[in-house]
Amino acid sequence: MRATRLGAALAAALATTLTLAGCGGGGEPAGAPEAAESQAPQGPVKLTYWTWAPNMDKIVDIWNKANPDIQVTVSKQAGGDDAAAKFLTAAKAGNPPDLVQAEYQHLPSFVAADAVADLKAETGAVKGEFGDGVWGLVTLGTEGVYAVPQDSGPMMLFYRQDLFDKYGIEVPKTWDEYAEAARAVRERDSGVHLGTFSSKDPGAFAGLAQQAGARWWSISGDAWKVDVADAATVKVADYWGGLVKEGAIDDMPYFTPEWNKALNDGKLLTWPSAVWAPGTLESNAPKAKGKWAIAPLPQWTAGENATGFWGGSSVAVAAKSPHRAAAARFVTWLNTDPEALDALVKQAAIYPAATKAQSALGEAPAYFGNQPDFWQQAAQYAAGARGFTFGPNVGVTYNAFRDGFDKALQDGSPFADAVRGMHEATVADMRKSGFSLAS
Amino acid sequence: MTRPVKRRRAARRPSLAPYLFLTPAVVLFTLFLAVPIGYTGYLATRRTQVSGLGLGSGSRREVSAGFGNLAAAVTDGELWAGWLRVLGYGTLVLVVMLGLALLFALALDSARVRLARFTRIAIFLPYAVPGVAASLLWGFLYLPSLSPIRAVLDVDLLGATTITYSMANVAVWGGTGFNMLVLYTALRAVPRDYYEAARLDGASETRIALLIKIPLLLPALILTTVFSIIATIQVFTEPTTLRPFTNTISSTWSPLMKVYRDAFVTGDLYSAAATSIVIAAISLVLSFGFLRVVRDRAFGEG
Repeated sequence: MRATRLGAALAAALATTLTLAGCGGGGEPAGAPEAAESQAPQGPVKLTYWTWAPNMDKIVDIWNKANPDIQVTVSKQAGGDDAAAKFLTAAKAGNPPDLVQAEYQHLPSFVAADAVADLKAETGAVKGEFGDGVWGLVTLGTEGVYAVPQDSGPMMLFYRQDLFDKYGIEVPKTWDEYAEAARAVRERDSGVHLGTFSSKDPGAFAGLAQQAGARWWSISGDAWKVDVADAATVKVADYWGGLVKEGAIDDMPYFTPEWNKALNDGKLLTWPSAVWAPGTLESNAPKAKGKWAIAPLPQWTAGENATGFWGGSSVAVAAKSPHRAAAARFVTWLNTDPEALDALVKQAAIYPAATKAQSALGEAPAYFGNQPDFWQQAAQYAAGARGFTFGPNVGVTYNAFRDGFDKALQDGSPFADAVRGMHEATVADMRKSGFSLAS
Repeated sequence: MTRPVKRRRAARRPSLAPYLFLTPAVVLFTLFLAVPIGYTGYLATRRTQVSGLGLGSGSRREVSAGFGNLAAAVTDGELWAGWLRVLGYGTLVLVVMLGLALLFALALDSARVRLARFTRIAIFLPYAVPGVAASLLWGFLYLPSLSPIRAVLDVDLLGATTITYSMANVAVWGGTGFNMLVLYTALRAVPRDYYEAARLDGASETRIALLIKIPLLLPALILTTVFSIIATIQVFTEPTTLRPFTNTISSTWSPLMKVYRDAFVTGDLYSAAATSIVIAAISLVLSFGFLRVVRDRAFGEG
């Protein structure tokens, strides 16, 4: 008796599940386009927003209070490459969020997967709020506008002021001086390194290559031009490879417990990083508070003011979102409205991409209390930042970076070979998928 | 059940009840096993075809790839290199883990061990630690500047050759307890008079263990071996968790890592599906092959 009832209950439950699943599956395709127009009058529009910027829910609250007809819900994500994979999977499955934080290097894969909407019509008015470099990252050099820039990550040199004084080292202005300083540090204290090369952070390497003038992808006509192993990139790779090989710098990856310890113990004196680094240093190296300072990234040619980007995000609207207009309104507010920008800086601790917000940044981060003009300095360096268009398969390129440089560090093979491996993997993948490639 | 009416009804339609009982199992099997497997098989025969720049809607289509993905998966050198690495790692794990499990089970079963209950739990406890936590824990112990092991033993535990041993150590640490418990339970089920008889015949404890206990344990040993083979083929957690700590583990270190990379890092779900089919086929061949080889021996006598 008991078993029968249990079986019946199970069967009933299953039937319900099946029916529900059937409804969900069937309802989807019909949902999207027609709903967009008729949606506005019927109660508030509900939008979901995937992001990992800290305190974004508080910033969204400001909008929700002022706009009862468009209610945004923040869904906190883990961030990084996993978040991009998750969004692509959700888009493929047909239930993406309306809004998504898209790192610049991942945006082209979102566009290529047809997962994000073209916001050209909705964003025409705010184009002037952003610099050309950062705007190029969301248009990919095409006619479309696939996201609105949120923050950018111009690179600069973070260094231990106190230990530079202790070892009697000048802040290096060129990469040659940096190499000299690296050797000098080794001579003075064999337990200390000036810096480290991380084989786990392709984003950092891309930024350094950008500084040297690399252009890994570009669009010429109706075809992609891929040149990951261009002269500038090979130059950067050879430079770091040489330093690692002679032992002038370390080869431990960033963001590991080991790296944290080296930073805390003063065993690493510099970190070529991006403007968001204060947050990382504060949580990973709390002991060194007030001892770090910033300087421009060392230059390849003395007297220049060039740098690249590491990281930075935009906010995109999913192609499948039924509320494109409402979502676009929220996105432009979030990234250009003075009140929102102020909240982004104070609550989310980001460096906004909108140009007028950059000059309005006030007090230095607490960790850099010793450098009160931190933001003014940063804005000055950022003026010389140049990026490049990211391609539609950055995931492949970045993965080839990790595998290639891991191997190069392990066997002591030339870094330039790893760069060539990245190029080959990228081209092979694009060819396999059928992208038009310009030779 | 006692009322005659019901009994008569059940007797009249005897064919329906078994199917009714089977329904939940069949439905669950279909929904959560057959359909996903079928879908994986379908995905494995598809690929993306991009035209032009591949930007904007309509420039990317899903087309049939026939057996192209499967052929590419089978001929991929990285996959086979991964199998070789896993073979080395797996042999190590299997021998050490099952050897230790057997040793502990025998030791616990012989009455001489004191604190048997405590020892049993202590050995079993690591099994309760999730794989990711265990890998992280050991990862911290391996890191050169944090490792207390380095103070005693000056070896880079995350080096190119040592990494296999370091990972095997995590698996052995986590898996011994479970296997020990399976073997120990099987040992407890053996009637005690066998041992008594052996003792009367003058057999030492070692001889009892070798000539009586181990042969009786054979079915349980085979079971644990099959489980361990399957777990080893699917090794993923340890290398993936340790990867950020070292530059000696590539993104395709084990076959399953390659599937993950293809699906979620380089965004090629179709190749990932094809590779996972190859992995499933190899696990089936290995585990059934092993069972076939040992079946008659173990269960024929059982």
